Amino acid sequence: MQNGDQHYSMEDETYTDIDGKAISLECQSHSGFCREFTVSSAKVSIGRVMAYTCAVWLSAYIIFFVTENTAVLSSAIIITLVGMMVRIHFVKVDHETLLIIGSLGVQVSSSYASGRESTDFIEMGKIKDIVINEAIHMQTVIYYLCILLKDPSDPEAVSSVVPLFQSSKPRLNCLVKVYKSCQEILAKC
Amino acid sequence: MVLKIFFPQCCNKADSGLLVGRWIPGQNSAVVLAVIHYPFIPGQVKQYIHQMRGQSGVDLTVLGSWSMPKEGQEGMESFLRDLSTIFPQGQWLQLSREMGKIGFRCHVLTRDPNGKLIQQEKELKEDGGGEKGGTKRGGGEKKGEENKVEGEEGGGEKDKVIFIHYEQRKVMLSQLHPIDNGVPDPQTESQLPQVFGTVCQSEPLFFLDKYDDGPVKMTHWQSEGREGSIIVELMKQASTPVCLLTTWMLTLWTSLCSSRILNMRPMRFISSKLSTCVQLSYRTEHLQTVCSPTRATAHNHFMRKANIFVSFFVDVSLGLLLVSWMYRENRIGKLANTLVPAADYVAKELEELLQWLMGAPAGLKMNRALDQVLGRFFLYHIHLWISYIHLMSPFVEMILWYVGLSACLGLTFALSLLSDITALLTFHIYCFYVYGARLYCMTVYGLSSLWRLFRGKKWNVLRQRVDSCSYDLDQLRLVVVMFQGVLHLSVDFINSFPLFAMGLRLFRSYRLAEGVKFRVLCEEPGTPLHLMMDINPLKVSSVVQTYRTPTYSCYPKDSWLALCKKLFLGELIYPWRHKTTKID
Repeated sequence: MQNGDQHYSMEDETYTDIDGKAISLECQSHSGFCREFTVSSAKVSIGRVMAYTCAVWLSAYIIFFVTENTAVLSSAIIITLVGMMVRIHFVKVDHETLLIIGSLGVQVSSSYASGRESTDFIEMGKIKDIVINEAIHMQTVIYYLCILLKDPSDPEAVSSVVPLFQSSKPRLNCLVKVYKSCQEILAKC
Repeated sequence: MVLKIFFPQCCNKADSGLLVGRWIPGQNSAVVLAVIHYPFIPGQVKQYIHQMRGQSGVDLTVLGSWSMPKEGQEGMESFLRDLSTIFPQGQWLQLSREMGKIGFRCHVLTRDPNGKLIQQEKELKEDGGGEKGGTKRGGGEKKGEENKVEGEEGGGEKDKVIFIHYEQRKVMLSQLHPIDNGVPDPQTESQLPQVFGTVCQSEPLFFLDKYDDGPVKMTHWQSEGREGSIIVELMKQASTPVCLLTTWMLTLWTSLCSSRILNMRPMRFISSKLSTCVQLSYRTEHLQTVCSPTRATAHNHFMRKANIFVSFFVDVSLGLLLVSWMYRENRIGKLANTLVPAADYVAKELEELLQWLMGAPAGLKMNRALDQVLGRFFLYHIHLWISYIHLMSPFVEMILWYVGLSACLGLTFALSLLSDITALLTFHIYCFYVYGARLYCMTVYGLSSLWRLFRGKKWNVLRQRVDSCSYDLDQLRLVVVMFQGVLHLSVDFINSFPLFAMGLRLFRSYRLAEGVKFRVLCEEPGTPLHLMMDINPLKVSSVVQTYRTPTYSCYPKDSWLALCKKLFLGELIYPWRHKTTKID
C-alpha cells in the first residue's frame, strides 16, 4: 500500500544510549511540517527476569528450610509478582515518541512495557526553542534534547525546560539528527 | 502560518450545506461547530446566527461551505461558491468530500482589499480521517459523483492546512485543567482553551437540529438523538422542594445551636474540643452548601457540591451498614461487658508501675521523698478514676446503645465518637502526662540554664531526678496519642476525599481533561495532514489535589516529627485542636 510517509530506519544499529546499550531511532515524516521520532530502548530481558526470580525463590526456600515458616514462601511469591507488575507498568519504558506538528505544537509520549502510554502536549505558543543541552552527571558530560518554554506574557525569558527522551537517553549522534529535523520545522512555521 | 481546521466527527457524513463556527483570532484556526443544510434562506440564516451570537456570547460566523454531493445535485459546488458573495468573510473555506474516497478537499478563497474573491491554489485532500477515528454513525452510504478536481495537477501549496478531527460531545462536556478562574485575555490565551471554550459555550446552538421544524436545519452532535435520562430529569424536578425543605430544617438547627443555653462558656469550650461536635458543625456547613437553592455556575462550585453530596451519601450508607452490623447479636452488650474489666486491668497495671517507680527502678537511687509524693498523688488519681468507672458500670450499656445510634449519621461520626470515648476513658493518663511533662519541662529548662551558666560564669546545682518517671509515662501516652491521631487522620481523609471527582475520573475520564493528545490518521499520498484530537485525562494525583474539600485538621502533614520533638522537649501535646501560641 502506498504510503505518503517516509520512514528512516537504516542506521538503527549504530545508535546507543549513554550506558552503551543499543537503542533504535525511527523517523517518520507525515507531511512537510509534521514529523514523528520514536526512540526504542531494549526490551525486558527474559534472562534477567529468570535470574532474579530464581535468586529470590532460592533464598526463600533456604529461609523456609531454616525457620519452617510457610509465610516466607508465599510472601516471596507475592513480592516477585508484585515487583514484576510494578516494574513493567510503571518503570520500564518501551519507547518514547516525539511528534512535532508545525504551528500546532509538540507531543511527547512514553510508552511503558505493559502498554500504558503517558502523553503530554505542548502548544507552539509556549515553545521558545528546541535545543541540545549539556549536563555534568558525576564524572561524565551528557547531552540531552530539551524544549525551552516561554511564558506568553514575557516572550524573551525561558520559564521552564522540558527534557526529552529521559528514559532512553540517546547519545549525541541520535540527538543531532532529531534536532536538525525539528529545527527545519520550527523554522518553517 | 498553517491553517488549522477543527472539524467535528459527527459532521463527517453530513449533507451539503454551510459551515458554522468561529475563527480563532491570531492563530489562523477555525472551529467548525455545525453544518446548516440546504434548503435555507440566507436572510434567515444570518438572523439565526445573529441570535445565537447574542445568546451564547460566542463570535459565530459562517465559515464556508461543505459539499458532499448526492445524486441529482450537480452544480452544487458552483452554487455553494456563489454563496460566498452573500456572506462576506475575510476567508471562505470550501470543504468537499467525495463518496468512496475518504479524502476531504479544501479550497480557501480570500477576499482581497477590493472585495473580490481570489481563489488560492490551496488544495488539500484529506484521507479517511473520519473512518479511522471510528465514527458512531452507521448511516447508509450516500451515492455521489466524482467531482472534477480542478488544478489537482497544478498542485500549489499542498501542505498548508491541517484538519483536526474532534469528538464534539466529549469536548463540550470536558473541563480543561488547570482551571483559569479569572477572565482570560483573548489575545494571549492559547489555542486549545479557546477551542474548548468555544465548543462549551455554543450550547444554545445545539438545541435545534435537522429534524426540528425551525428556520434552519443543522447537523451537530445532537443530531443522532437528543440525550437524556428519565431518572436525571425526575431528580432535577424533585430536587428543588427537597432542597428548600432541607434548608429550612438546617436553619432551625443552626438557630437552636446558637441559642443562649448552649453558648455559655463551659459548653462552648467542651463542644469545641470534642471531635464529635466539630464533625457535626462541619457536616451542617456541608449540607448548607449542597442544599442551597441556587444552581452552581462555575465548574469549581459544581464539583464541590457534587463531591460533598457523594461523600455525604457514602458516609451515611456506610454508617447505616455499621449500625445494622453492630446492633445484631447483642454486640453492644458484649462491648459494654468488656469495657469495665479492661479499665480495671489498665488501672491495676498502672498501680504496679507506680509501685515499681516508688521503689528503686532498675537499681537507680532517686529522690525518695519526691517519689513518694508523686507516686501517692497518682495512685489517688487512679483510685478516684476506678471508683468513677465502677459507679457508671450499670449505665454503660444503655449509654453505648443510644450513643451508638448516632452512627446512623455517618461513618465519620462513628469514628469521632470512638475517638472521643477513648479520650474520655484515658483522661487520667492524660492528667499524669500533664503533671509529668510539666515537671520534666522544668527539669529540662533548669538543666539548659545550668549548661548555659556552666559555659559562662556561675555554677549552680539543681538535681531533680523525676526524668525516668516521665519517659515511661510518655510511652503509654504516645500509644494513646497515636491511636487518636490515626482516628483523626482517617476522619479528615474521609471528609476531604473527593469521591465524585474520582468517580468522574474513573468512569467518564473525558470530563476532567489535563490536555489533549493527537494521533496522525493514515494518509493517502498527496493528501493534507489529518489528526485526531483525543482528550488526555487528568492524573489521579492531580484530581485529589485539585478537588480536595478543605477540612479542619488537628494534625498537619509533618505532625509525626513535630510530635516526637514536642515529646522530647516536654512541650504539652493536646489531643484536640488547640491554637498554638507563638513562642520565640
